[in-house]
Amino acid sequence: MTATQQTIESLRSLQGDYKYGFITDIESDFAPKGLNEDTVRFISAKKEEPQWLLDWRLKAFSIWQQTQEREPTWARVTYPKIDYQEIYYYAAPKRSKQPGSLDEVDPELLRTYEKLGIPLGERAALAGIAVDAVFDSISVATTFQGRLKELGIIFCPISEAVREHPELVRRYLGSVVPYSDNFFATLNSAVFSDGSFVYVPPGVHCPMELSTYFRINAKNSGQFERTLIIADKGSYVSYLEGCTAPMRDENQLHAAVVELVALEDAEIRYATVQNWYPGDKNGKGGIYNFVTKRGACRGARSRISWTQVETGSAITWKYPSVILQGDESVGKFHSVAVTNNWQQADTGTKMIHIGRNTRSTIISKGISAGHGQNTYRGLVRIQARAEGARNYSQCDSLLIGSQCGGHTVPYIEVKNRTARVEHEATTSKISDDQLFYCRQRGMSTEEAVTTIVNGFCREVLQNLPMEFAVEAQKLLGVSLEGSVG
Amino acid sequence: MLNIEDLHVEVDGKEILHGLDLRVPPGEVHAMMGPNGSGKSTLAYTLAGREGYAVTRGRVLFQGQDLTAMKPEERAQEGVFLAFQYPVEIPGVSNANFLKSAVNAVRRHRGQPELDAIEFLKLARQRLKLLNMDEASLSRPVNVGFSGGEKKRNEIFQMWMLDPRLAILDETDSGLDIDALKIVAEGVNALRGPGRATLLITHYQRLLDYVVPDKVHVLAAGRIIKSGDKELALELEAKGYADLVKAAAT
Ligand SMILES: Nc1ncnc2c1ncn2[C@@H]1O[C@H](COP(=O)(O)OP(=O)(O)OP(=O)(O)O)[C@@H](O)[C@H]1O
Ligand SMILES: [Mg+2]
Repeated sequence: MTATQQTIESLRSLQGDYKYGFITDIESDFAPKGLNEDTVRFISAKKEEPQWLLDWRLKAFSIWQQTQEREPTWARVTYPKIDYQEIYYYAAPKRSKQPGSLDEVDPELLRTYEKLGIPLGERAALAGIAVDAVFDSISVATTFQGRLKELGIIFCPISEAVREHPELVRRYLGSVVPYSDNFFATLNSAVFSDGSFVYVPPGVHCPMELSTYFRINAKNSGQFERTLIIADKGSYVSYLEGCTAPMRDENQLHAAVVELVALEDAEIRYATVQNWYPGDKNGKGGIYNFVTKRGACRGARSRISWTQVETGSAITWKYPSVILQGDESVGKFHSVAVTNNWQQADTGTKMIHIGRNTRSTIISKGISAGHGQNTYRGLVRIQARAEGARNYSQCDSLLIGSQCGGHTVPYIEVKNRTARVEHEATTSKISDDQLFYCRQRGMSTEEAVTTIVNGFCREVLQNLPMEFAVEAQKLLGVSLEGSVG
Repeated sequence: MLNIEDLHVEVDGKEILHGLDLRVPPGEVHAMMGPNGSGKSTLAYTLAGREGYAVTRGRVLFQGQDLTAMKPEERAQEGVFLAFQYPVEIPGVSNANFLKSAVNAVRRHRGQPELDAIEFLKLARQRLKLLNMDEASLSRPVNVGFSGGEKKRNEIFQMWMLDPRLAILDETDSGLDIDALKIVAEGVNALRGPGRATLLITHYQRLLDYVVPDKVHVLAAGRIIKSGDKELALELEAKGYADLVKAAAT
């Protein structure tokens, strides 16, 4: 059985409850609770970082301190004030310090990833996916490093990249999302503890999907991973990201930063299936997913595509964006966001057209059920030099029940008269006719909802690599269980 | 097979069926005719278990089981199939995926192994050919952009794939060209046999030339006012419902 099938099997055995809610009993190494300059120094020291990176973190921290009272408030989400001094900023499973090979990884950890259906080691080989697994604050295993190395591809924890490839990290870190970018990105810059690093050399087509699996385990801990992907001239890479967290009554903060850089003729495809713990039926607990993701199409004819399926988290605040600098570069954003029970999502994208004949496509599908609130917020900006730029946006909302909400907030700024920008939006409900039709053919209500919702999301799901698409389809069904009837 | 006794049905607080009796023994095809608004679709929906169709009196037995106590999907799994008067569109869901889910739900219930994609496609292709339907319709979204006639044929295709014991066809013959009508008729005839029953709701004698019914019933104002053999349909075609309805009222 391939790892993917295994994941699907395990999803199938689900009965409407969050399946990844188990807690791994492992001893953790914590930084002292709360955040001050010492915390930043502690993390940097733990990682044995060079001075320049510590300085970079400290600059971020000092900006963050000055803006502490200025968490962004424009998003359509509400939550009690976060006490940043009540969070652990660094939690690492004790015995497993940067293992050199899979054999050195704590078996308890391996069992955890097995339960999650994450392919590591041999099972990954079958699935053809290289995986970097991030558990709380550190990367525990990166498979297939060897095979990738032959092609000159670097795929490793970012902390390792800092040591082994400092010139690359130094050149690109913060070049897309600067440490002063926004409240959460600044916080991340100060305290990020791990994440993945990818570099694909010129002309290399990465032959396998690269994948990271994030898991928050430790109590009261935040997760602040940082991912940096660089596709050099004429290269190609496809990257998958998945996430889970245990069920806890307290809210947990996840403030990640992802930076993508595509040089001339390079292509990066980045896909996320986000399934963090969404909180219980009454809205207690769950992850605050406050994430900054941005890609820069630096070179001519470069392409970046974001595909996301967001079914988890209590609150999602996330706008994977593309800066289209290179002439004829192409940006894509395909998104499915589900909010059920008391979940809130404010998500969308920014497409910044700078180069000539740049093109962007935005397809957003928001699904709300229960008391869920789902907002698409997107910016399309065509700058003065962006001769012949084109954008097409389509934002569809699907409402299940009468107590949820779907909202669309498009911002369009056009400074070049040759540009073409199209925006379409629809709101619909799952009709009784459709439900009855499916049930008359023998499907249960749940199956009927899943079928109809998957149809609604088809354009986005078909953008995912095959095995992920199947998993995402099941996940949609699971996260909407109990929403009808 | 199907036994309906003194059936009263309310929709939105208004009684539409006022004491309907009907027996369809196994192996038989019954035609149900009657003026617009007489309650034919209401009967069909009630049998299929649509929400909002409240049975306030009487009973419905299907193979000896109380049908009204079952959910719509349970009825479908037990073999009740309704070809809709107005088939529903489901954007983004391919006909193949939709039907595969349906077929496997029914097979699970019957204790048969589920069909995998290859087995399903093989079966579907074979049935499509018999119905003279284009294979491309499998990858099109359910009923979206189908012409009226194509939708009706698609209902028959689904019926064949699901292999029901009680098929209720609500005006499946309306809007069909003559070739399609013959194909639909063949479809119905092919499902004729012991252990199966069919209820054909129709306005036109035309279909009954190809599917010869064992009985014809006339439904008017929520009651069956006359039953007879296939001659009754010819009579109705010639004279209309007016006299019958008048006679029943007095
Ligand atoms: N939701 C509803 N509320 C009130 N009355 C309804 C409702 N649905 C149907 N009816 C009424 O019930 C009666 C029977 O309708 P039904 O659709 O069963 O007729 P029919 O015999 O199938 O007609 P046709 O030949 O036109 O298809 C009609 O008078 C219709 O207006
Ligand atoms: Mg009708």
